[in-house]
Amino acid sequence: MDQTNKPNEITNVVRMQGIVKRFPGVLANNQVDFELRRGEVHALLGENGAGKSTLMNVLAGLYRPDGGTVIVNDKVVNFSSPRDAINAGIGMVHQHFMLVPSQSVTENVLLGLDEPRFRMHLPRYNRKIAEIAGQYGLHVDPAAKIWQLSVGEQQRVEILKMLYRGADVLIMDEPTAVLAPSEIEELFKTLRSMTAQGKSIVFISHKLHEVMEISDRVTVLQKGVVTSACLPISSVTRADLARLMVGREVVFRVEKKHVEPGEVVLSVKDLQADNDKGLPALRGVSLDVREGEVVGLAGVAGNGQSELAETLVGLRPVLGGKVIVNQKDVTNKPVKFGIRQGVSLIPADRTQVGTAPNLSVTDNVIMKKYDQAPIGQGWMVNALEANKYAAELKEAYDIMVPTVDTSVRLLSGGNLQKVILAREISSEPKLMIAVQPTRGLDVGAIEGVQRLLLAQRADGAAILLISEELEELLSLSDRVYVIYEGGIMGEVADGDIEKIGQMMTGTRLEQIEMQGEA
Amino acid sequence: MDFVLVILASGVATGTVLLYATVGEIFSERSGVLNLGVEGMMLVGAMTAYKVTAATSDPWLGLLAAMLAAGAVSQVHAFIAITLQADQVVSGLALNFLATGLSLVLGEGLTSLRDVVPTLPSFTISLLSQIPWLGRILFTKQSVMVYVGYIFIPLAWYYINRTRPGMHLRSVGEYPAAADSLGISVFSLRYFYVFVGGMMAGLAGATISLSISPGWFAALTTAGQGWIAVGLVIFAQWNPARAAVGAYTFGALRRLVLDIQGPTTLLGFANPFFYNPYYGFFLKMLPYAFTVVVLVIGSREANRKRIGTPAALGLPYIRGQRGL
Repeated sequence: MDQTNKPNEITNVVRMQGIVKRFPGVLANNQVDFELRRGEVHALLGENGAGKSTLMNVLAGLYRPDGGTVIVNDKVVNFSSPRDAINAGIGMVHQHFMLVPSQSVTENVLLGLDEPRFRMHLPRYNRKIAEIAGQYGLHVDPAAKIWQLSVGEQQRVEILKMLYRGADVLIMDEPTAVLAPSEIEELFKTLRSMTAQGKSIVFISHKLHEVMEISDRVTVLQKGVVTSACLPISSVTRADLARLMVGREVVFRVEKKHVEPGEVVLSVKDLQADNDKGLPALRGVSLDVREGEVVGLAGVAGNGQSELAETLVGLRPVLGGKVIVNQKDVTNKPVKFGIRQGVSLIPADRTQVGTAPNLSVTDNVIMKKYDQAPIGQGWMVNALEANKYAAELKEAYDIMVPTVDTSVRLLSGGNLQKVILAREISSEPKLMIAVQPTRGLDVGAIEGVQRLLLAQRADGAAILLISEELEELLSLSDRVYVIYEGGIMGEVADGDIEKIGQMMTGTRLEQIEMQGEA
Repeated sequence: MDFVLVILASGVATGTVLLYATVGEIFSERSGVLNLGVEGMMLVGAMTAYKVTAATSDPWLGLLAAMLAAGAVSQVHAFIAITLQADQVVSGLALNFLATGLSLVLGEGLTSLRDVVPTLPSFTISLLSQIPWLGRILFTKQSVMVYVGYIFIPLAWYYINRTRPGMHLRSVGEYPAAADSLGISVFSLRYFYVFVGGMMAGLAGATISLSISPGWFAALTTAGQGWIAVGLVIFAQWNPARAAVGAYTFGALRRLVLDIQGPTTLLGFANPFFYNPYYGFFLKMLPYAFTVVVLVIGSREANRKRIGTPAALGLPYIRGQRGL
C-alpha cells in the first residue's frame, strides 16, 4: 500500500478557497471552500441547483471561477480547459457520458492523447488498457464498441479514460443515477480499490444512503453556500445530512392514507412493441392497475419504460397483445380515444412532450379542454374563458408565473411540472401514467408532486408510476412491478428492496424465491 | 469481348473522377459537415485547372491550382456551416450556385482552346498490363490520375480507420462533445476536413478537364457528377472502399450508355440504340435514375444495420449544449 495513505500523514491534494461563480441571474457558488485529502472519498452533497456540479466543473477546468483560488498539490492553478485539469491530475466523469458510441473502448480511451503517433496499434493498446482495468477491478472488454456496452460498463470506460491520463483526483458527478443496485456495488468496490491505491475521489450526490455508505468525509452545499464543511461521515446521521442539505427537517416517507383498491382500470396483456430503432422494446408485458392504487414500475433506464408509457397512451404502435382501459379495448386506438377513456400521461420529457415550450401557460393548460364548452365554442376558442380557467389553475396549483400569458419555456422545472399536473389532474383522469414525475425537481417540489399524486389515488384514480428513483417508488406505490429488457420480472407488494434490486438486473421473481427456499 | 473491355476500361477512367469527389465528400461528412456544393467545387476545379494550364502549359501546376481554388471555395461553406452554425443543406446549395456561377464567368472563352492545352500523361504499366482482362481494363493506357486513384483508396481507408488523426476525424463527426471534452478542437478539424473535401472535388474537376475528357465545356464539363458523388457517399456508407466500388460501377454505366450507341450490331442483332436520338436521351438519364434507386436501397440497408451515417452529420457543434 502507498505510504501516503497512512492516516497520520494527511495531505491535501486539492484546496479550493473562496470560490465564486456567477451565472446570469444566479450566484451558483458563493465563497465556497473545499478540500480533498489523498486517498479519501469526499462526498459533495446538496439538492439540485445547490452548486455542487458548478464547483466541480470549476475544479475540472470547464468553468472559470469569478473569484477564489484553486490549489492543487500546493500549487495555485488556473485551468482554462479540461485538458489543463487532466494534466494536473484531475479528471471528471460526467453524468452524461462523453463517449463516441461507434468506436471501441480503446479508441475512446486514447481519444485526444498524443499517443499513438500515427498508426493505432490497437492490439498493443488493448492489452495496456486491459492491464489498467484489471488493476482497479474495472471489468470491460477493450475491443468492444461503446454502443454494445451497458451503462455501467460505459461508466467504467469513462473512469478508465481518466486513469489512463494519470488522474489522481476523480470527480464523479452523480455516478449512481444511471446504475442498477448491483452495478452500484461494483462501482463502490472500484472506488475503494482506487482510494486504497492513493487516488482521491469527489462523490457528487443527493442520495443520502449512498453518501453514508461510500464516503469518508462530506461537504454539504445549500443554494451555493457551504452549510457544513468536511464532516467525517462517522460523526453524522442520515437525518443530520438531510437537515443540512434542505435547511429543515425532512420527512422521508410521505403520509399515505389507506385506500381500498377497486375495479381494474388498466389491464395490459402480453404487450409487444418496438423502440425507435425498430428493435423489440417490450416483449410481452402484462400488468394490472386498480382504482385507488399507485402501482410502481421499477427498472434501470432504457429497459422499455418509456416505450411502455407511449404504447399505453397510443403514441407508439402495439405489435402484439392488448391494452384495456375500463373494459374498453384501446389497443392501437388514436390518442384522443384514450383521453376520452380518462387516460392521462405525465411524460418524462416535460419540455418536448409535456408542454409546447413557446406557448403560454393558458394555451398549455387548455390543451385537453379547447374543444369543450365553455372554452371551446364551435370553431372558436373563447380566450376570456381560457384565461379565466388558466388563472384558476394557477391559483389552485400555486404555479409561480407573473401572468398566464407567459411562455412556459421560461418556467422552472418544478413550475413546469405543476402546469402539466394541473392540466392532467383537472381532466379528472381514471388512469394516470406518470413517468419520472419528480426527476430534476428540488425537494420541496418533489413533495408537492407526490402529494398531488396521492390525492389522485385517494380520489380513486388508478396510477401507474414509472420511475428510476427506488425510494420514491417504494414510498408511493402499493405494489411494484420490475421491468427488465422489456419483460416484467415480477411483482412485489411488501417493498422488499432486495428482491426489486435482483429483478432489476434480470432475475425473475420465481428464481429468487426458488433460491430462497433452497 | 473487346467492346466490353473498352467500356470497362473507360468506365474506370470516368469512375476515377467520381472516386475523388466521393472520397473527398466522405472526409467532409465524416467530420460532421454535409457539403452539397461538390458539383460547384468540381466546376471550379475543372475551370481553374484548364485556365492555369492554358496560361502556363504545365498541367501539374493546373492540378495544384484547381485543388487550392476548390479548397478555398469550400471554406465559404465551412464558415457558414461551422462558425455561423447555419443550416448545412441551404449553405451547401448556395455554395453550389456561387461556385457554378464563378466558374462559368471565369471560364468564359476557354472552350475554344481545345487541343491547344496540354493534358496529364497517360501510360501503360507494362508488367501489370499483361494480366489477362484486368490488365487491359485497369493498367493499359490509363491516365496517371487513374493510377493515383488505385493507391489512394486503401490509403484513405487506412487513414480513417487505423490512424490517430483518422480516429479524431471520426470522433468529431460522431460525438463532437466527447472530442471537445478531451481537448480536440472540433472547429479546426471540421474546417480542415471541409477543406480536404474541397481539394478532392477540385482534384476530381481537374481530372476531367485535364485528362479524362479534356477541355472546358461550361456546366457540361461535370454534367451533374458532383451530385452523383454526394449520392455515392450514402451508397458507400462513408467507407472509401465501398466508394471505389460505387464510383467505378457508375463510371462503367456512364460509358455504357454513351458507347452502346456506337456499334451497328449488338450480339449479332441490329443495335436498337444505334444513334437513335430518342433512346439517346433515355440512356443519358439512366445513371441518374440509377443513383436514385441505389440511394433508396443503400440507405435502407444502412438503416437496418445501424451503420454508416456519422451521428453528428449536418449538426453544428455548439459548446454550451454538451449537456452539463
